[in-house]
This record gives sequence, structure tokens and C-alpha cells, in this order.
Amino acid sequence: MLTADFMPFACIFVPDFPVEALLRAEPELRSRPLAVLEGKAPLQKVFAVNEKARRAGVAQEMSKLQIEACSGLELRARSLAQELSAHAALLDCAQSFSPRVEDAGYDTIILDLAGLEPLFGPLPKIAHALARRASAFGLEACVAVAANPDTAALAARGFSGVTVISQGKEVEELGSLPVEVLFSNSADDRDAAQLLQTFNRWGIRKLRDLAALPEIALSERLGQAGVRLQNLARGKTSRTLVPVDAPMIFEEVIELDYPLVLLEPLAFLLGRLLEQVCARLEARALATQELRLSLELENGCHDEEASVSSGETGPSTSSVQAFSGSHARRSFQRTLCLPVPLLDPRTFLKLLQLDLNAHPPGAPIVKIHLSAEPVRPRPGQSGLFLPPSPEPEKLELTLARIAGIVGEDKVGSLELLDTHHPGGFRMQHFAPRETLLPHRRPSRNLGASISSASAGQVLAGVSMASSRGTGEDSRAYVEGLVTALRIFRPAINVVVTLQGGKPAGITCTERKELAGEILWAAGPWRSSGDWWGQEAWARDEWDIAVRLEITIALYRLVRDLLGGRWFVEGTYD
Amino acid sequence: MSSLPVVSPAAGGCPVGFAAAKLPRLIFERLGAMPKLAGVTPASRLEARPTPEMVSSGVGAIDALTGGFPRGCLTEVYGPASSGRTSVLLAALAAATRREEVCALVDVSDALNPLSAAAAGIDFGRLLWVRCGLRLQKPGSPQRHRGTEKIKNNKNLENSRIEKPVEQALRVTDLLLQSGGFGMVAIDLGDTPVIAARRIPLTSWFRFQRSVEHTSTVLFVISQVPYAQTCASLLLRVSGTKLSAFSGQLSEKTYPAHAQLLDGIQVQGELLRSRLERKPARSVTTAFATNLQAG
Repeated sequence: MLTADFMPFACIFVPDFPVEALLRAEPELRSRPLAVLEGKAPLQKVFAVNEKARRAGVAQEMSKLQIEACSGLELRARSLAQELSAHAALLDCAQSFSPRVEDAGYDTIILDLAGLEPLFGPLPKIAHALARRASAFGLEACVAVAANPDTAALAARGFSGVTVISQGKEVEELGSLPVEVLFSNSADDRDAAQLLQTFNRWGIRKLRDLAALPEIALSERLGQAGVRLQNLARGKTSRTLVPVDAPMIFEEVIELDYPLVLLEPLAFLLGRLLEQVCARLEARALATQELRLSLELENGCHDEEASVSSGETGPSTSSVQAFSGSHARRSFQRTLCLPVPLLDPRTFLKLLQLDLNAHPPGAPIVKIHLSAEPVRPRPGQSGLFLPPSPEPEKLELTLARIAGIVGEDKVGSLELLDTHHPGGFRMQHFAPRETLLPHRRPSRNLGASISSASAGQVLAGVSMASSRGTGEDSRAYVEGLVTALRIFRPAINVVVTLQGGKPAGITCTERKELAGEILWAAGPWRSSGDWWGQEAWARDEWDIAVRLEITIALYRLVRDLLGGRWFVEGTYD
Repeated sequence: MSSLPVVSPAAGGCPVGFAAAKLPRLIFERLGAMPKLAGVTPASRLEARPTPEMVSSGVGAIDALTGGFPRGCLTEVYGPASSGRTSVLLAALAAATRREEVCALVDVSDALNPLSAAAAGIDFGRLLWVRCGLRLQKPGSPQRHRGTEKIKNNKNLENSRIEKPVEQALRVTDLLLQSGGFGMVAIDLGDTPVIAARRIPLTSWFRFQRSVEHTSTVLFVISQVPYAQTCASLLLRVSGTKLSAFSGQLSEKTYPAHAQLLDGIQVQGELLRSRLERKPARSVTTAFATNLQAG
């Protein structure tokens, strides 16, 4: 029964943590005996094992040679990077429930559950939810709830599954645990070994035996250390949590035992990493707008020419850094920038696949590092009467696919540059502006936005007929229909015959229709610029009319004053 | 139900007491009263497929002619060079972006002039520009597919292929239509050689037409000759009739070249097909002019 001042604490403990950290990337090995090795070959020793390997007789500190005889035993090298990622995932799991979280070890997290029952339900329900969340992050954890943090930690280490210890029942519940559980997180192994030896000599095997010892006699023989251990066994310690602010770093790493050559298995592993990252972001109510993928390559002469097709440069970065050392390794990096915050692992995977298809690493991969930049998710409400627009996730995938067809620099939106150069524009990533609801739109005076007609412009008498059948606003028409110029890319070189300084005839080897008499010419209009730099330009422009088979075509003829050549820039249409 | 009048054989088959003109009306009244046929609608009054929503084309004269461009349908405007089709394209895109719709332009020949587009009033923040062109596909590229040509006699580019702009345009258009959400998807085939564009199979046009059906996307194509054939719900032909040069007619040579100015193009438009009305399509013409703004 809970009293009014009952302050519950929960402890999440991951047994065999180095093994669990590796199993996050390879969950299919969970059903098999697995041993984690540490050290340099051939002196590798067992650092951690799972329960199945333990039952098969594999123990810590055994050499690799000793255990290789065990059939069905999987061996993996210890990965500090994956352990760091697993620890971060554990912190995120705890933070998704409580803001007061203590980092009590790389495999142990303690959290304050005060005030969470109205949100998440009774304490047993919270404990089970913690275990499920940890399992969703790839970690099989033991969870215990108690009235003080130390009792919760002991219970989590001693009992498997989910344990809830009621206030006042600590001695009863903890009594069956062996005394070794008091030293499982001990920093000083020598003192712990001495105390354990002493307890063994005295015949103290369980915590209930230690709790039953007289306090004064124990303090006379073992000092304050003994008293502290007895209080732990009785569940009577009281301390405040030292909360930690979990860093907003969302990274996942996989170190491979064998280099990956093909992109398909890479996509399989990337899918797992993305699911983990997205699960952690979701637990913290966050999304991401930038994904960074870093691949460590093995002995690769990373060919940048091969990885960038047809010389395009995209918004993602690709860099190669050579590491010095006996095993020359290089890192291959790609950055995925998104226009809106997203949290769909399938969309991310597809975008990464399309990007890697367009820019393959060019060498076998030995390590995968994926990180996500956290941002607040975008609000999901949209107006009922707003014009349709593409879904951001679908649009990103479509743009990536189109970029794979036409090239990254050939798809996007236009941006005019502040220059008089005719080709003064650049392509940028397409991110359509959000449509504002009508009451949020700034008032517009369309009449003021249309520039007044300059000298020489004649506004043709275009009928401003009402939009019959459309229901559109009458301001749908700009005054006058603009004559469009179609550009020839590249421009068409021509040979021009002058008569009295005016183009009179034109011939072209590339296009036979651009040949014959020039019926009409207007110009020249001279323009120039950038004379202060290396890309100076100067040109004379003419508008000409040339007879085609049955019609008359209007072209813009240009003479490059610096180079002297004539070319047709485009056609008025 | 009252019985029909007795037909007297002596009267030669004509009902006794009724004029021959009243007989058809009487028969229809009797048929309409029969319960089994109460829900039958005569063929003459059968409702056609719901008329698609029409949106402004950006050109008043075209809106007056056709009622605008239909959503969920393919509209094709064709004509020779300097006939005004690109001006119509830019006006349509400008009108769509003014409606705050996201649009896409599949530029098969990479011919868009950014300055003309800005002068037309297109909101670049809502226009996706896809620039097709010849592209080299290296061996092992996953994008290789039918429609590319193998490069011969070049050891450096052995087993590489060139993908043609028309093939790119078809794939890109398919992706855009499948993605959905665009107010207008425009395909600019204005400078594509007729031989190359005619190779687009009719099934591709059918596929595009079916993709936009029941959506709010306007699929708009400009070309030199009509390619979409029966897939186009609206077919418009434009032709530039004469120059409206500052100095007058072409034959006028009074003014020197530096004093002459191209004002614009007088465009003659003709509606060749419209599947949006129940009445048979009739040939209707309109005329409008463009003006040359700074660009």
C-alpha cells in the first residue's frame, strides 16, 4: 500500500550489456549463443556472453582458442561505438517517461516516477511500459520499481523481467538475492572481493542473512562499508537522484566483421539503423531535417569521379578523408537535407538508397555511422480549402528519383541572380512555400505590383473577359500577355551576312531552317557587364524575322563583341 | 388505368375517336404511368459525365473560347515556332502559381527563359523546373533502361549509354503524376524534333490521361504538332499571323533597324476539339496579342 510520501523510483538494467549492444544491429542472433571478444588477435578473450552461451559453458576471460570448440557459438568483436549508441538509446527510453533520469552506469538507468501515475497509469503498468519501450529500442531490459533508487537498482540487477517492490516490503523482496548483487556495480574490485570473502567465511549467502546481522557488531568488524551494505540489503538507504540532461545526440553505429561490397545489404542495415534513430527521436517527441551518413571504407581508393555521375553536384556533400595507419581507411560521407522535418524511416531509407545509387562509395564498407539532427516536428494541421500541394515525404522521394534521371543540378526551382548577365540564374532545391490560410495572407494590391509600362511598351488590347465557368478572381490576368523567349541551350552558331551594318542573311550548319534572307531586323541593343572580372561579357542583340516553310519565325540574334561570333540565342514564341 | 380506345378494323386500323397526332402522346403517358418504367430515364435526358472543374488559362481570350483549362484532363496546344504557344504556357503557369498551386514544368529541350518566366509573373517558389537533356549513363548505373543508345567507337565510354530527353521526359512526367498534389504539370515539347516526339507511344499518353483523371491536376502540353491525339480533352491550335512591329508591316522599310521594335505576336487560336461539352465540337477561333516586356 502506498503512503502519501511514497516516492517511487524505477531502474532499467540491461544484463550482458555489450552483447545487447551488438544484438541491436543483429537481432536474429538473439536466439543463438553469442560471445563478445575483446583484445587483439591472437590474444582475444571473452568479454561478455549471453545466457545461452553461459549455459554452453562459455565464461568470461576464456580465450578464443578455448571457445572455438563450442558448436553453434557466434563470436563478435566488442564495439565501443555500438555500446555508446545503446547507452544513448537507454537514456532516451528513460527520458521519454520522466525528465529526472540518473545515469547510474553504462547498463543502468534510474528514473524518478513521481507524478507519472496520472499520465501512464499505476506503477506496474509503467514498469511494463518501460520494458516494452526498451525492447522497441533493441534492448532486453530488467525493470524494477521501489521506494528508493538503490533498492530499485538491486532488484533490477537481481530479478529478471519486471519487479515492483511495495514500500515496507524491501527486506522480504530482496532477501532471496545473493550478496554478490551488492558488488555488481562496484568500482573497487579488490575491496569488493575482500568483503565477499568475509561474507562467505561467515556463511552469509543471501541478503536476508546480511540484513539479520546486528548493526553494531557488523560496524565493529567491517566499518561503515559493512553498515552501508546492510542498509542496502534492508532497503533503507535514502538518497536523491543526480539527474542527467540526456544529450540531444541521435547516432547509431554498426561495425562490420566482414566488409560490405554490395548496396543491397547496406540498405538492409541502414533500414535497421534508421528505425532505431526514428524510434529514439519519436520517444523524445522530435523529428529530423538532416541525416548524415558516414561510411568507413576499407583500403579503398575512393574514386570521386566514379561516385559523382556526369559531373553534377548536388546539395549533399561528399568528402573523402584518408586515415594514416597500417590499414588505410577512408570515410565516405553523404548528407541528406530535407525541406521539412520528417520521421518516416521508409522515406529516409528510400532517399538514402537513391542517393547512394547516384553516388556509390566505390570501396568495401567496414563501418556505418548514421546521425540525425533533431528538430521540432512540423505541425500537422492544414486548411480544408487550401489548394492541393504535394506531400513533403512523397515530394522528396519524387525529387530524388527525378534527380537520378536528369541529374541533381537539372531539377529544382529557379532563383534569379542580381546581375544583368542573360544567364544569371541558378537552380536550388525545390521546397514549395507553404500556403497561408486566407486570414493570414498579407493584403496585396495587385495593381501596384505590376510595373508601369515603360517607354516603348505597348499594351496590346487583350480582352479582360470575365473567367466564365472558372469562378476565378478577375485579377487572375496580368495586363498584357508577355511574349516569351525560348532559349537554345547551347546557343546555335550562325554565319550572318551584313548589309549596311544590318543583318541581311543567315546560314547555319546545325539547323537548316535557320537559313535564308532576314526579312526584318530590329536592333542592335548593346549590353555588357562584369568588365572588372575575368568573366566580362559584351554583346549586341537583334530581333530578326526569318521565313520558315509556311510561317515566319522570330529569333534573337546575338553578336559576341568580345569573341566576334554570331549566334542565335532563342526564338520568340 | 384507362383502357385504350378500340381500334376498329373498318377504320383501317386507326383508333376510333382519336386524331392520329394524339396517339404518340397517349402512348408515352401510359408508358410513364407504368410502375416498372417509372425509374427509366429517356436516353435524351441521360446526364453526361460530370463536367470537370475549369481553371483560368491565364489568357482572357482562351478562357472566353474554352472556359479555361479542365482539371483532371489533358490539354494540348500546338503550333509552329513563334506562334505564341510558349507565351500561353507561361501565362498558364503564372495563373496556376497565383492560385498558390504547386506546378511542374517538364522542359524537354531545356528552353525555359527565366527572365520571360519572371516577366510573366510565375512564382518561382511554386514551380518545379525539370530540365531534360542528353545524359550519359555509365555501366552499372541502376537507371539504365530501354530507350538509351549504346555509345560506339569510344573506348572510354564503353558500355555507356545516352539517354534521350524524350525518354527522360516520359519517366519524369510519370513520376510527377504518380506523386500527385500538383496543380499543373506542363510538358514543353516545343523544340523537340517531330520525328522524336512522334515515337512517344499512344499508351504513354493514355497512361498520363488516366493518371490525372479524378485528380485536380491540369496536364498541359505544348508541341509543334498534336501528339496526344484522342487523349487530349482540349485541343487548341495557335498560329502567329503577322508581326506587329512598331513600324508596321514587314514590307515597310522606311525606318532604320535601330528605330524598330518588336511589339509582340498576334496569335490566332483555333479550338479543334473539346470533350467538355455535349454538343459536337465546333471550330472556334480567337485572336489575342502578346507584348514584349523586358526580358
